[in-house]
Amino acid sequence: MKMFTIYKRYDIICKLKHENVAARGDSVIKKEMIAMLLAGGQGSRLGVLTAKVAKPAVAFGGKYRIIDFPLSNCINSGIDTVGVLTQYQPLRLNTHIGIGMPWDLDRNNGGVTVLSPYEKSAGSDWYSGTANAIYQNIDYIDTYNPDYVLILSGDHIYKMDYEVMLDYHKENHAAVTIACMPVPWEEASRFGVVITDEQGQISEFEEKPANPRSNLASMGIYIFTWKLLREALIRMKDVPHCDFGKHILPECLGNGERLFAYEYNGYWKDVGTLGSYWEANMELIDIIPEFNLYEEFWKIYTKSDAVPPLYVSEEGFIERSIVCGNSAIEGTVINSVIGAGVTVGKDAVVRDSIIMKNTVIGAGCKVDRAIIAEEVRIGENCVLGVGESIPNKVNPKVYSFGLVTIGENTVIPSGVQIGLNTAVSGRTEKDDYPGGVLASGETLIKAGDR
Amino acid sequence: MRAIGLILAGGNNHRMKELSIKRAIAAMPVAGSYRGIDFSLSNMSNSHVQKVAVLTQYNSRSLNEHLSSSKWWDFGRKQGGLYIFTPMVTADNNFWYRGTADCIYQNLDWLKQSHEPYVVIASGDGVYKMDYNKVLEYHIEKKADITVVCKDMPEGTDMSRFGAVKDDGDGRLIDMEEKPMTTDAHLVSCGIYIIRRRQLIELIEKCAQEDRYDFVRDILIRYKNVKKIYVYRMDSYWNSISSVESYYETNMDFLKPEVRRHFLQEYPDIYSKVQDLPPAKYNAGSNVKNSLVASGCIINGTVQNSVLFKKVFVGNNCVIKNSIILNDVYLGDNTYIENCIVESRDTIRANSRYVGENGVKVVIEKNERYVI
Repeated sequence: MKMFTIYKRYDIICKLKHENVAARGDSVIKKEMIAMLLAGGQGSRLGVLTAKVAKPAVAFGGKYRIIDFPLSNCINSGIDTVGVLTQYQPLRLNTHIGIGMPWDLDRNNGGVTVLSPYEKSAGSDWYSGTANAIYQNIDYIDTYNPDYVLILSGDHIYKMDYEVMLDYHKENHAAVTIACMPVPWEEASRFGVVITDEQGQISEFEEKPANPRSNLASMGIYIFTWKLLREALIRMKDVPHCDFGKHILPECLGNGERLFAYEYNGYWKDVGTLGSYWEANMELIDIIPEFNLYEEFWKIYTKSDAVPPLYVSEEGFIERSIVCGNSAIEGTVINSVIGAGVTVGKDAVVRDSIIMKNTVIGAGCKVDRAIIAEEVRIGENCVLGVGESIPNKVNPKVYSFGLVTIGENTVIPSGVQIGLNTAVSGRTEKDDYPGGVLASGETLIKAGDR
Repeated sequence: MRAIGLILAGGNNHRMKELSIKRAIAAMPVAGSYRGIDFSLSNMSNSHVQKVAVLTQYNSRSLNEHLSSSKWWDFGRKQGGLYIFTPMVTADNNFWYRGTADCIYQNLDWLKQSHEPYVVIASGDGVYKMDYNKVLEYHIEKKADITVVCKDMPEGTDMSRFGAVKDDGDGRLIDMEEKPMTTDAHLVSCGIYIIRRRQLIELIEKCAQEDRYDFVRDILIRYKNVKKIYVYRMDSYWNSISSVESYYETNMDFLKPEVRRHFLQEYPDIYSKVQDLPPAKYNAGSNVKNSLVASGCIINGTVQNSVLFKKVFVGNNCVIKNSIILNDVYLGDNTYIENCIVESRDTIRANSRYVGENGVKVVIEKNERYVI
């Protein structure tokens, strides 16, 4: 297996296997494997960042969005048919995906299809769970008559060759293959872990165990033999909130099917919390990052927001940062990730922060440990990220990690100070800040249109 | 729009020296992320010219690679689209394009089969932003036979690389001279023309019968008293990539805020082939001042008053001043570069020093590259 991976590294960058190219048999299209990408979740632990967008559409690493990673993995693995299941706030996601051009998924046969919940003659429903979403789209999958279906989620950062995983699946004559990765033992209790024998066959699952017996954590990536999954979905169609991890997989195991764990040892990051999201962004800045976007091999594709280069002025200074095109940097940027079209004003200092596209940081601002979403306007001489790290009073689970989080289209007036573990969203005015200060742990979310 | 577009991008220019050895002039990288032809092509697209032909000849492969897909300029359409015409051998012609009029003549069938009443002719080496509809309106209003887009140059411009134009005060072209040694004209032809399609076919056919091949010399200058040729004055930024100096100057102009605002921020956009490159990365020790940096760059050293194109790697302790570093250049540690244009895909060894003493120096350095 290893040999094969190495060979591919040097030889093939993007491949299309013969089996994967549509072939006509019995007058229907035939694809060996198609991917179903679950992108309907809200990602409530990202707080105000996902108030208006689904989590897979949240920006990452400056120019990317989280969904770019699984989509690029698909096309790089030779999978040219991807169904994207959307539900929560799909507008940004839909416009980002479009017809799939950035990922070469604009195909005559297959390509990317956005699948949203739809009305039926009886029993119209939202997607109530991950498996239920697939169940409601059995017709879509049947169009392509696949042998295997790859289930992906749209909220992880990683590079993975699904074709190698499929080879493993076929080798083992498995019904289900689950991608797993070894995690540190002390963290294993945060994940769903699998217990396997030496061949990798799964004998048991444990969901967030207190005393884990294994450190192989499920990554939420599954390959199913379609025939079997189809039967299981129809059998369990009446289970409320039908979920892969909670219902389908235990059911398959209970029926004595062959479930295998495919061990993955590369970089994989769940960016489900503000802390891990911030961390994963910051890891891109390392001299030689573990997750390297600058390699020729296994490129990540995205819908480019801006073609123009970025400009650094005479007073500008950038160190240990990544900055996207069309930005104008007139202040100091240190250890930060800056999106496209961002303006950092004169004498402003941005440190350890993430700034998404088209945001304006006014002159003289000091920004520390902040996550600032798209199209935000920050006035002059504001100070973000001061004071002590007091837990957030409203939502301590979401806004911890000592960060300032600012939602999209927010306006912050000049001269205010904002503490740590805070969240700001909406068109705020001077009066919203008592004494010009939003103390640590406070939340300021103004409702209303933008 | 009621016009089709022709972009003449086949010529070579000896004043580009080493820079044109391996690429067409219209494929010269400009302003970090673009190539010369992107400007004319984006203008066509933004003016809603739906059907555009690009005529290529000299080093055409570089240009054809750039134009391999028309989707970036929004020409992937059922109606119209992007056509690329390289010279071809036919039953009654086995010549290369012998001039700007000849290249149109060799593709006259395409003009004849179109139905749009007007033709916009542009060159592939101009850097400008323009709505051709405004020129067409002017053309119709003046009842002109040919409209030539011109630009007033400031006093003291070296006119010897331009076509110098004089008008009669009402816009009618009365005199034109190609690359004059001396002249008192300040008006320069931008190489953008509007002409009625049938008129163009007629003139080009007549030209071919008389074995004349050049559009400017044999049509504009020859017919200046016979046909109504009008001048449309352009007031926004225009420059053409016609010599190493003007190429350097054009790129450096993008460091000026008003030029950047005009091209990069104001509507409409200039499009280019999108490469999925990661954002530029600044490691510890980087110090960038007054410079443009394109995507995919990794910077460890000092960069001042320079334009860095895509995928440039700047090693530790490097100093780059007043220079243009083209695509995919690797600069080893401790390199010093001043007043240079570094050719794309160069590999500069560590501890090198290149300084353009009198004017700009073109650096071509193909060393082995050992990078992971």
